[in-house]
Amino acid sequence: MTPPSRFDEPWQAQLFALTVAMSEAGHFTWSRWAEAFGATLKAMGADRPLDGGADYYAAWLTTLEGLLDRAGHAPVDEAEATKAAWERAYLATPHGQPVRLPG
Amino acid sequence: MPHDHPDHPHSLLPSDPALRVKALETILVRKGLVDPAAMEEILDTYERKVGPHLGAKVVARAWSDPAFRDRLLADATAAIAELGISGRQGEHVVAVENTPNTHNMVVCTLCSCYPWPLLGIPPAWYKSDAYRARAVREPRKVLAEFGVTLPDGQKVRVWDSTSEVRYLVVPMRPKGSEGLDEAALADLVTRDSMIGTGLAGASR
Repeated sequence: MTPPSRFDEPWQAQLFALTVAMSEAGHFTWSRWAEAFGATLKAMGADRPLDGGADYYAAWLTTLEGLLDRAGHAPVDEAEATKAAWERAYLATPHGQPVRLPG
Repeated sequence: MPHDHPDHPHSLLPSDPALRVKALETILVRKGLVDPAAMEEILDTYERKVGPHLGAKVVARAWSDPAFRDRLLADATAAIAELGISGRQGEHVVAVENTPNTHNMVVCTLCSCYPWPLLGIPPAWYKSDAYRARAVREPRKVLAEFGVTLPDGQKVRVWDSTSEVRYLVVPMRPKGSEGLDEAALADLVTRDSMIGTGLAGASR
Protein backbone atom coordinates (compact mmCIF):
# COMPACT_ATOMS: atom_id res chain seq x y z
CA MET A 1 0.00 0.00 0.00
CA THR A 2 1.31 3.43 -0.91
CA PRO A 3 1.00 5.96 1.93
CA PRO A 4 -0.77 9.24 1.08
CA SER A 5 1.59 11.80 -0.44
CA ARG A 6 2.97 14.50 1.79
CA PHE A 7 2.43 16.95 -1.06
CA ASP A 8 -0.94 18.21 -2.30
CA GLU A 9 -0.02 17.90 -5.95
CA PRO A 10 2.65 15.88 -7.79
CA TRP A 11 4.33 19.00 -9.22
CA GLN A 12 5.03 20.22 -5.69
CA ALA A 13 6.92 17.02 -4.96
CA GLN A 14 8.84 17.34 -8.28
CA LEU A 15 9.68 20.95 -7.46
CA PHE A 16 10.90 20.00 -4.00
CA ALA A 17 13.08 17.18 -5.36
CA LEU A 18 14.45 19.35 -8.17
CA THR A 19 15.46 22.09 -5.74
CA VAL A 20 17.09 19.75 -3.23
CA ALA A 21 18.89 17.89 -6.05
CA MET A 22 20.23 21.17 -7.50
CA SER A 23 21.50 22.22 -4.09
CA GLU A 24 23.07 18.84 -3.42
CA ALA A 25 24.73 18.95 -6.83
CA GLY A 26 26.44 22.13 -5.59
CA HIS A 27 24.65 24.73 -7.72
CA PHE A 28 23.55 26.74 -4.69
CA THR A 29 23.89 26.38 -0.94
CA TRP A 30 20.81 25.77 1.16
CA SER A 31 21.44 29.05 2.99
CA ARG A 32 21.36 30.90 -0.32
CA TRP A 33 18.10 29.11 -1.10
CA ALA A 34 16.49 29.94 2.24
CA GLU A 35 17.46 33.59 1.91
CA ALA A 36 15.96 33.89 -1.59
CA PHE A 37 12.86 31.94 -0.63
CA GLY A 38 12.37 34.06 2.49
CA ALA A 39 12.54 37.21 0.35
CA THR A 40 9.88 35.86 -2.07
CA LEU A 41 7.58 34.86 0.78
CA LYS A 42 7.95 38.31 2.30
CA ALA A 43 7.18 40.04 -1.01
CA MET A 44 4.22 37.80 -1.81
CA GLY A 45 2.85 37.96 1.73
CA ALA A 46 2.84 41.76 1.71
CA ASP A 47 -0.56 41.90 -0.02
CA ARG A 48 -2.31 39.12 1.89
CA PRO A 49 -1.30 36.34 4.29
CA LEU A 50 -0.03 33.18 2.57
CA ASP A 51 -1.76 29.92 3.45
CA GLY A 52 1.24 27.60 3.58
CA GLY A 53 -0.20 25.31 0.91
CA ALA A 54 -0.65 26.31 -2.75
CA ASP A 55 0.68 29.83 -2.01
CA TYR A 56 3.78 28.39 -0.47
CA TYR A 57 4.73 26.23 -3.43
CA ALA A 58 3.88 29.05 -5.86
CA ALA A 59 6.43 31.19 -3.98
CA TRP A 60 8.88 28.29 -4.02
CA LEU A 61 8.55 27.95 -7.81
CA THR A 62 9.00 31.69 -8.38
CA THR A 63 12.13 31.60 -6.23
CA LEU A 64 13.67 28.67 -8.08
CA GLU A 65 12.91 30.21 -11.48
CA GLY A 66 14.58 33.44 -10.34
CA LEU A 67 17.68 31.70 -8.98
CA LEU A 68 18.12 29.57 -12.10
CA ASP A 69 17.58 32.57 -14.38
CA ARG A 70 20.16 34.71 -12.58
CA ALA A 71 22.68 31.83 -12.54
CA GLY A 72 22.15 31.30 -16.28
CA HIS A 73 21.19 27.66 -15.66
CA ALA A 74 17.66 28.16 -17.00
CA PRO A 75 17.21 31.66 -18.43
CA VAL A 76 13.60 32.93 -18.44
CA ASP A 77 13.35 32.86 -22.26
CA GLU A 78 14.49 29.28 -22.39
CA ALA A 79 12.13 28.27 -19.57
CA GLU A 80 9.17 29.90 -21.33
CA ALA A 81 10.03 28.33 -24.68
CA THR A 82 10.38 24.90 -23.07
CA LYS A 83 7.08 25.29 -21.25
CA ALA A 84 5.39 26.26 -24.54
CA ALA A 85 6.95 23.22 -26.23
CA TRP A 86 5.51 20.96 -23.50
CA GLU A 87 2.11 22.58 -23.96
CA ARG A 88 2.18 21.89 -27.70
CA ALA A 89 3.32 18.32 -27.06
CA TYR A 90 0.40 17.70 -24.66
CA LEU A 91 -2.11 19.16 -27.10
CA ALA A 92 -0.71 17.13 -29.99
CA THR A 93 -0.51 13.79 -28.18
CA PRO A 94 -3.57 11.51 -28.28
CA HIS A 95 -5.01 10.78 -24.86
CA GLY A 96 -3.44 7.79 -23.15
CA GLN A 97 -0.13 7.97 -24.98
CA PRO A 98 3.13 9.10 -23.38
CA VAL A 99 3.78 12.80 -23.97
CA ARG A 100 7.29 13.57 -25.22
CA LEU A 101 9.07 16.65 -26.46
CA PRO A 102 10.01 16.47 -30.13
CA GLY A 103 13.72 16.18 -30.83
CA MET B 1 -10.85 23.27 -17.31
CA PRO B 2 -10.98 24.16 -20.98
CA HIS B 3 -9.32 20.94 -22.14
CA ASP B 4 -11.10 18.53 -19.86
CA HIS B 5 -13.77 17.55 -22.34
CA PRO B 6 -14.52 14.14 -23.86
CA ASP B 7 -14.67 15.63 -27.38
CA HIS B 8 -11.04 16.63 -27.13
CA PRO B 9 -8.95 13.59 -28.03
CA HIS B 10 -5.59 14.99 -26.86
CA SER B 11 -3.88 14.52 -23.48
CA LEU B 12 -5.06 16.59 -20.56
CA LEU B 13 -2.95 19.73 -20.26
CA PRO B 14 -1.19 19.94 -16.86
CA SER B 15 -1.62 23.08 -14.72
CA ASP B 16 0.53 26.15 -15.30
CA PRO B 17 2.88 25.50 -12.34
CA ALA B 18 3.16 21.82 -13.30
CA LEU B 19 4.31 22.84 -16.78
CA ARG B 20 6.76 25.39 -15.39
CA VAL B 21 8.33 22.73 -13.15
CA LYS B 22 8.49 20.33 -16.10
CA ALA B 23 10.21 23.00 -18.20
CA LEU B 24 12.88 23.65 -15.54
CA GLU B 25 13.48 19.94 -15.07
CA THR B 26 13.80 19.39 -18.82
CA ILE B 27 16.37 22.18 -19.16
CA LEU B 28 18.45 21.17 -16.14
CA VAL B 29 18.50 17.48 -17.06
CA ARG B 30 19.36 18.30 -20.69
CA LYS B 31 22.30 20.42 -19.51
CA GLY B 32 23.44 17.71 -17.13
CA LEU B 33 23.04 20.02 -14.11
CA VAL B 34 20.77 17.61 -12.28
CA ASP B 35 20.55 13.83 -12.30
CA PRO B 36 17.04 12.38 -12.66
CA ALA B 37 18.11 9.41 -10.51
CA ALA B 38 19.12 11.80 -7.70
CA MET B 39 15.69 13.47 -7.93
CA GLU B 40 14.01 10.08 -7.78
CA GLU B 41 16.01 9.15 -4.68
CA ILE B 42 15.01 12.41 -2.95
CA LEU B 43 11.34 11.87 -3.79
CA ASP B 44 11.46 8.32 -2.50
CA THR B 45 13.13 9.44 0.73
CA TYR B 46 10.67 12.20 1.54
CA GLU B 47 7.51 10.49 0.28
CA ARG B 48 8.14 7.11 1.81
CA LYS B 49 11.01 6.94 4.29
CA VAL B 50 11.34 10.10 6.34
CA GLY B 51 8.63 11.28 8.71
CA PRO B 52 7.79 12.01 12.34
CA HIS B 53 8.23 8.34 13.24
CA LEU B 54 12.00 8.99 13.15
CA GLY B 55 11.80 11.93 15.53
CA ALA B 56 9.54 9.87 17.78
CA LYS B 57 12.18 7.15 17.92
CA VAL B 58 14.76 9.70 19.05
CA VAL B 59 12.47 11.11 21.76
CA ALA B 60 11.54 7.62 23.02
CA ARG B 61 15.21 6.75 23.28
CA ALA B 62 15.92 9.96 25.19
CA TRP B 63 13.11 9.14 27.65
CA SER B 64 14.39 5.60 28.25
CA ASP B 65 18.14 6.15 28.23
CA PRO B 66 19.46 9.04 30.37
CA ALA B 67 22.94 8.81 28.84
CA PHE B 68 21.46 9.15 25.35
CA ARG B 69 19.32 12.08 26.55
CA ASP B 70 22.47 13.84 27.77
CA ARG B 71 24.24 13.25 24.47
CA LEU B 72 21.16 14.43 22.54
CA LEU B 73 20.98 17.70 24.45
CA ALA B 74 24.74 18.23 24.19
CA ASP B 75 25.06 17.48 20.46
CA ALA B 76 21.88 16.34 18.73
CA THR B 77 23.49 15.99 15.30
CA ALA B 78 25.90 13.37 16.66
CA ALA B 79 23.28 11.67 18.85
CA ILE B 80 20.76 11.15 16.04
CA ALA B 81 23.56 9.82 13.84
CA GLU B 82 23.84 6.97 16.39
CA LEU B 83 20.32 5.99 15.26
CA GLY B 84 21.33 6.26 11.60
CA ILE B 85 19.62 9.63 11.04
CA SER B 86 21.46 12.42 9.30
CA GLY B 87 20.65 15.65 7.50
CA ARG B 88 21.17 16.28 3.81
CA GLN B 89 22.24 19.91 3.76
CA GLY B 90 24.79 19.64 6.56
CA GLU B 91 22.36 21.39 8.86
CA HIS B 92 22.92 21.27 12.57
CA VAL B 93 20.18 19.79 14.76
CA VAL B 94 19.61 21.17 18.24
CA ALA B 95 17.34 19.36 20.71
CA VAL B 96 15.50 21.46 23.28
CA GLU B 97 13.87 19.71 26.21
CA ASN B 98 10.57 20.68 27.79
CA THR B 99 10.54 20.86 31.58
CA PRO B 100 7.91 21.88 34.13
CA ASN B 101 9.49 25.36 33.95
CA THR B 102 9.92 25.77 30.19
CA HIS B 103 7.89 24.78 27.16
CA ASN B 104 9.74 25.01 23.84
CA MET B 105 8.15 25.79 20.51
CA VAL B 106 9.72 25.98 17.05
CA VAL B 107 9.06 28.30 14.11
CA CYS B 108 10.89 29.53 11.02
CA THR B 109 10.10 33.20 10.59
CA LEU B 110 12.23 33.46 7.42
CA CYS B 111 10.67 30.66 5.38
CA SER B 112 10.04 27.11 6.58
CA CYS B 113 13.29 25.61 7.85
CA TYR B 114 12.35 22.39 9.60
CA PRO B 115 14.16 19.29 10.86
CA TRP B 116 13.44 17.27 7.71
CA PRO B 117 15.57 14.26 8.67
CA LEU B 118 13.54 13.84 11.87
CA LEU B 119 10.06 15.04 10.92
CA GLY B 120 9.85 14.92 7.10
CA ILE B 121 7.94 17.57 5.17
CA PRO B 122 6.36 20.26 7.38
CA PRO B 123 2.56 20.56 7.63
CA ALA B 124 0.89 23.47 5.82
CA TRP B 125 0.19 25.41 9.02
CA TYR B 126 3.91 25.47 9.86
CA LYS B 127 4.53 27.19 6.50
CA SER B 128 1.63 29.63 6.78
CA ASP B 129 2.18 33.35 7.34
CA ALA B 130 -0.20 33.20 10.27
CA TYR B 131 1.92 30.74 12.25
CA ARG B 132 5.25 32.24 11.20
CA ALA B 133 4.17 35.71 12.29
CA ARG B 134 2.27 34.84 15.45
CA ALA B 135 4.39 32.09 17.02
CA VAL B 136 6.92 34.65 18.20
CA ARG B 137 4.47 37.45 19.01
CA GLU B 138 1.77 35.54 20.87
CA PRO B 139 2.88 31.95 21.44
CA ARG B 140 0.37 31.23 24.21
CA LYS B 141 -2.51 32.28 22.02
CA VAL B 142 -1.23 30.09 19.19
CA LEU B 143 -0.80 27.18 21.60
CA ALA B 144 -4.36 27.64 22.82
CA GLU B 145 -5.56 27.29 19.23
CA PHE B 146 -3.73 23.96 19.11
CA GLY B 147 -5.59 22.99 22.28
CA VAL B 148 -2.55 23.38 24.51
CA THR B 149 -2.92 25.32 27.75
CA LEU B 150 0.20 25.56 29.87
CA PRO B 151 0.36 26.19 33.61
CA ASP B 152 1.02 29.86 34.44
CA GLY B 153 4.41 29.05 35.90
CA GLN B 154 5.68 27.37 32.73
CA LYS B 155 7.29 29.89 30.42
CA VAL B 156 7.30 29.52 26.64
CA ARG B 157 10.51 29.73 24.72
CA VAL B 158 10.25 30.12 20.94
CA TRP B 159 13.14 28.98 18.75
CA ASP B 160 13.53 30.49 15.29
CA SER B 161 15.00 27.96 12.85
CA THR B 162 17.48 28.86 10.16
CA SER B 163 18.90 27.02 7.19
CA GLU B 164 21.83 26.02 9.43
CA VAL B 165 20.11 25.19 12.71
CA ARG B 166 16.96 23.06 13.01
CA TYR B 167 15.30 22.44 16.35
CA LEU B 168 13.69 19.33 17.76
CA VAL B 169 11.52 19.67 20.85
CA VAL B 170 11.85 16.82 23.34
CA PRO B 171 8.40 16.83 24.95
CA MET B 172 7.83 15.86 28.57
CA ARG B 173 7.23 12.16 29.11
CA PRO B 174 3.52 11.64 29.86
CA LYS B 175 2.48 10.56 33.33
CA GLY B 176 1.52 6.91 33.48
CA SER B 177 4.02 5.87 30.79
CA GLU B 178 6.36 4.19 33.29
CA GLY B 179 7.26 0.68 32.26
CA LEU B 180 6.50 1.15 28.56
CA ASP B 181 9.18 0.00 26.13
CA GLU B 182 10.69 2.31 23.51
CA ALA B 183 8.31 1.27 20.74
CA ALA B 184 5.26 1.93 22.93
CA LEU B 185 6.75 5.25 24.07
CA ALA B 186 7.38 6.31 20.46
CA ASP B 187 3.66 5.87 19.79
CA LEU B 188 2.97 8.61 22.34
CA VAL B 189 5.21 11.13 20.54
CA THR B 190 3.18 13.15 18.05
CA ARG B 191 4.63 15.33 15.31
CA ASP B 192 3.19 18.44 16.93
CA SER B 193 4.74 17.56 20.28
CA MET B 194 8.16 17.69 18.59
CA ILE B 195 7.39 21.13 17.11
CA GLY B 196 6.10 22.29 20.46
CA THR B 197 2.51 22.89 19.39
CA GLY B 198 1.33 19.74 21.11
CA LEU B 199 2.08 17.57 24.11
CA ALA B 200 3.22 13.96 24.02
CA GLY B 201 0.52 11.43 24.76
CA ALA B 202 -2.21 13.69 23.35
CA SER B 203 -4.26 12.28 20.49
CA ARG B 204 -2.57 12.54 17.11
